Amino acid sequence: MADLTTNFIGITSPNPFWLASAPPTDKEYNVRRAFEAGWGGVVWKTLGEAGPPVVNVNGPRYGAIYGADRRLLGLNNIELITDRSLEVNLEEMTRVKRDWPDRALIASLMVPVNEDSWRDILRRVEDTGCDGVELNFGCPHGMSERGMGSAVGQVPEYVGQVAHWCKKHSSLPVIVKLTPNITDIRKPAQAAKDGGADAVSLINTINSITSVDLDLFSPEPTIDGQGAHGGYCGPAVKPIALNMVAEIARDPATRGMPISGIGGVTTWRDAAEFLALGAGNVQVCTAAMTYGFKVVQEMISGLSQYMDDKGFASVDELVGRAVPNVVNWQDLNLNYVAKARINQDECIKCGRCYAACEDTSHQAIAMSEDRVFTVKDEECVACNLCVNVCPVEGCITMEPMAAGAVDPRTGEVVREDYANWTTHPNNPGKCAAE
Amino acid sequence: MSDRMLDPGIAAGRLEPEQLSGNFSDLHPPLDDHEALVAADRCYFCHDAPCITACPTSIDIPLFIRQIATGTPEAAAETIFEQNILGGMCARVCPTETLCEEACVREAAEGKPVLIGQLQRYATDTVMAQGVHPFTRAAPTGRQVAVVGAGPAGLACAHRLSMHGHDVTLYDGRAKPGGLNEFGIAAYKSTDSFAAREVDWLMQIGGITLETGKRLGRELSLAELREGFDAVFLGIGLGGVNALDLAGEDREGMRDAVDFIADLRQAEDLAGLPIGRDVVVIGGGMTAVDAAVQARLLGALNVSLVYRRGRERMNASRYEQDLAAAKGVRIITNATPIAVHGNGAVREVEFEYTDDALTPTGQRFRLAADQVFKAIGQTLEGPDLPELDGRKIAISGAGRTSLPGVWAGGDCSAGGDDLTVTAVAEGRDAAEDIHASLGAQA
Ligand SMILES: Cc1cc2nc3c(=O)[nH]c(=O)nc-3n(C[C@H](O)[C@H](O)[C@H](O)COP(=O)(O)OP(=O)(O)OC[C@H]3O[C@@H](n4cnc5c(N)ncnc54)[C@H](O)[C@@H]3O)c2cc1C
Ligand SMILES: Cc1cc2nc3c(=O)[nH]c(=O)nc-3n(C[C@H](O)[C@H](O)[C@H](O)COP(=O)(O)O)c2cc1C
Ligand code: SF4
Repeated sequence: MADLTTNFIGITSPNPFWLASAPPTDKEYNVRRAFEAGWGGVVWKTLGEAGPPVVNVNGPRYGAIYGADRRLLGLNNIELITDRSLEVNLEEMTRVKRDWPDRALIASLMVPVNEDSWRDILRRVEDTGCDGVELNFGCPHGMSERGMGSAVGQVPEYVGQVAHWCKKHSSLPVIVKLTPNITDIRKPAQAAKDGGADAVSLINTINSITSVDLDLFSPEPTIDGQGAHGGYCGPAVKPIALNMVAEIARDPATRGMPISGIGGVTTWRDAAEFLALGAGNVQVCTAAMTYGFKVVQEMISGLSQYMDDKGFASVDELVGRAVPNVVNWQDLNLNYVAKARINQDECIKCGRCYAACEDTSHQAIAMSEDRVFTVKDEECVACNLCVNVCPVEGCITMEPMAAGAVDPRTGEVVREDYANWTTHPNNPGKCAAE
Repeated sequence: MSDRMLDPGIAAGRLEPEQLSGNFSDLHPPLDDHEALVAADRCYFCHDAPCITACPTSIDIPLFIRQIATGTPEAAAETIFEQNILGGMCARVCPTETLCEEACVREAAEGKPVLIGQLQRYATDTVMAQGVHPFTRAAPTGRQVAVVGAGPAGLACAHRLSMHGHDVTLYDGRAKPGGLNEFGIAAYKSTDSFAAREVDWLMQIGGITLETGKRLGRELSLAELREGFDAVFLGIGLGGVNALDLAGEDREGMRDAVDFIADLRQAEDLAGLPIGRDVVVIGGGMTAVDAAVQARLLGALNVSLVYRRGRERMNASRYEQDLAAAKGVRIITNATPIAVHGNGAVREVEFEYTDDALTPTGQRFRLAADQVFKAIGQTLEGPDLPELDGRKIAISGAGRTSLPGVWAGGDCSAGGDDLTVTAVAEGRDAAEDIHASLGAQA
């Protein structure tokens, strides 16, 4: 079994699976149970300033999107930061860290944008013995209206400024948690780095309305006939999170900065994908909220089996492996030609590929009287839609054409060499081929 | 086992009332909302779906399932009823394993088709429970059509004609409408008087006058009907039963399976219905299986179903055969009855084994029997009918008979399987043809 021990900005944990700052990490009771179940670390539910704690709504705070068999695909929430007093949280964190020294315990923080507030809270948090702090610049509802959370995360200057204060007033490693509710995720990441942060974590939740009650004409979740936008998370947000992680990982300005990958991690495979795109570890919230703490056991066994299969001795060998292959569109090889192939032995004759291609793509699938579906190579542009809509995994595949063969669609010989848009004759701004 | 099961002869009350009501409850209990959503979700929404082709009434199955999946079972029901006004009964009685569900691509993929029949029931039950009838009549045309036989064929025909604005008089020789839905279908497929409730629901369309106790060849003649109406539809099913032509066939305890089933379907109290301890059913179709299974459910100790050919030739589907076996019916194949023994009442039936070409092998055996049900097929009966094709009414196109102005459909007409759903399709199509021809005359 592979060794999953991870060292993230100097913080070691027995595995790269941390619980993200959220209800699963809101109190001692939960966190102890999470550690017992095997989680490598937790980012404690975000702490606010001393004094009367924030209040939450007393009605529903979650909305959801479902797939087949009520499988939860997306979760939306309007919960605020911890609504328990700072003192109680700090005492609990101290006790837990004392009893679980080998696990990572990170304090998530959100206080107003002034230096004193950050200095004060950092002092108190350091006393707990925690391993680091995460600055919550991501919460997109409630707190943002009070000038915190994503209201900070959306202004790179504030991000850099607060990171800087934190490094100045504390020796703890600083992780800046980014909001995805921004046009270019690279900008706050650069600001965090410039401010001296040790790492970024992303994504926090995405502004969303999951559904509308068509009788009450109110967004859901509905509180007394009204709803507010919430933050979206869970499997549905993974593609957005993966892209944002990759953008930061390959940006020359931030390349090499440690990233904690968050957003829709539900299985070991999701986690491995984040790691391959440059995340040094992952944080999980919705999967735990859906299935309980035990899911981490599948994540651990799955990742370690995969690493054994690949011969990776440590998580670091996986981290960032896919980053060099993330390129811009213009860098893709236009001489690569593929065609769809339908395996007749696997085909169950549902005809979905036919409907999709005939109605909405390139009319490249033929259907015979007795429901045999075949690809017309002279029409197929290899768009992959048939593969995506086919209910039988592996029944339709994309087969690359060998160099030298003639593509029946274009009548052109498939070339062996690589050539992309920058040198394509149709490109008005092409540069001369070397 | 209750003590009464051992009593020899034909006796009532072999089982306790609770056992009986359990035995005769729904074969497939209705899906609840969640089960329906899960089942609906498995549909791939196939292009030009094979299940639609396999359904004799061509219901747009992927569409209605998607309507269920999106929380609109009422719209789903309308999709079903547009093609098949007896979609509620068909959902219960269709041998889906040889129709839509056999064609389902998930049957090919995993051997587990989408539960089309049960989803159809879910949608149709929803609307029928609301008492809503989703169709209205077109403006009256003033045309009069006689429909003879209020079974599935006649009901479907009458409903479609009425929708087109024609006035329909629906005759049936029996005291109750419904045909075999009311008198033939196994009790555990149509519980809680569903057949009668469905007829009441269907009649909400209006424009249909039901006249029961009116029999063609007794109170009615085809000549008079042709005289008095603009068109006539015959949906009289197969009223007669084939005989075995055996020595001893008239002994006490020998019965036609369809009569036994009709009694059972009409019984107010199943505990009062007598059944043999040792029951032998002769035949290999759906009627034989239904008689055998229901004999067991009533408390018969030993029930044997004996068919003269091999198992693969049985008209009852594999599913029905397995159901019979699961209920404790012993299925014996390649054996033909040669004599009924007994002294006044039947005591034993003697059989001879045959090969697949029905050649006797000389090897014989006897089965103990206090009661024997004959289920070797029904026949068309009645004088005064249009030309026949073999033993059924000859038709061309959508049910046109040899007589102008007379259409036929369902079991009494040639072609098509003897199934409820086929009868509905034929009745509906004949109605469309009648409507077209009445329009052409106007
Ligand atoms: C025991 C049994 C079980 C069956 N189980 C199934 C099943 O599970 N699934 C399935 O799909 N099919 C089943 N079938 C077949 C199905 O019931 C028939 O195919 C279907 O009912 C045919 O419909 P129909 O309208 O043509 O005839 P019928 O249902 O027979 O209706 C004919 C009607 O005409 C009336 N009638 C007859 N003669 C006259 C006359 N001279 N004048 C006036 N009225 C007359 C009758 O009273 C009756 O109401 C079963 C049949 C039997 C016998
Ligand atoms: C109910 C709820 C409350 C949350 N509260 C916080 C919070 O207090 N601080 C924070 O940084 N993120 C918070 N988050 C965001 C999560 O930490 C995480 O970034 C997000 O849910 C994406 O991960 P996931 O797809 O695994 O759920 C919350 C999420 C949920 C669902
Ligand atoms: S890859 Fe696209 S174009 Fe080619 S057959 Fe499939 S759907 Fe049609």
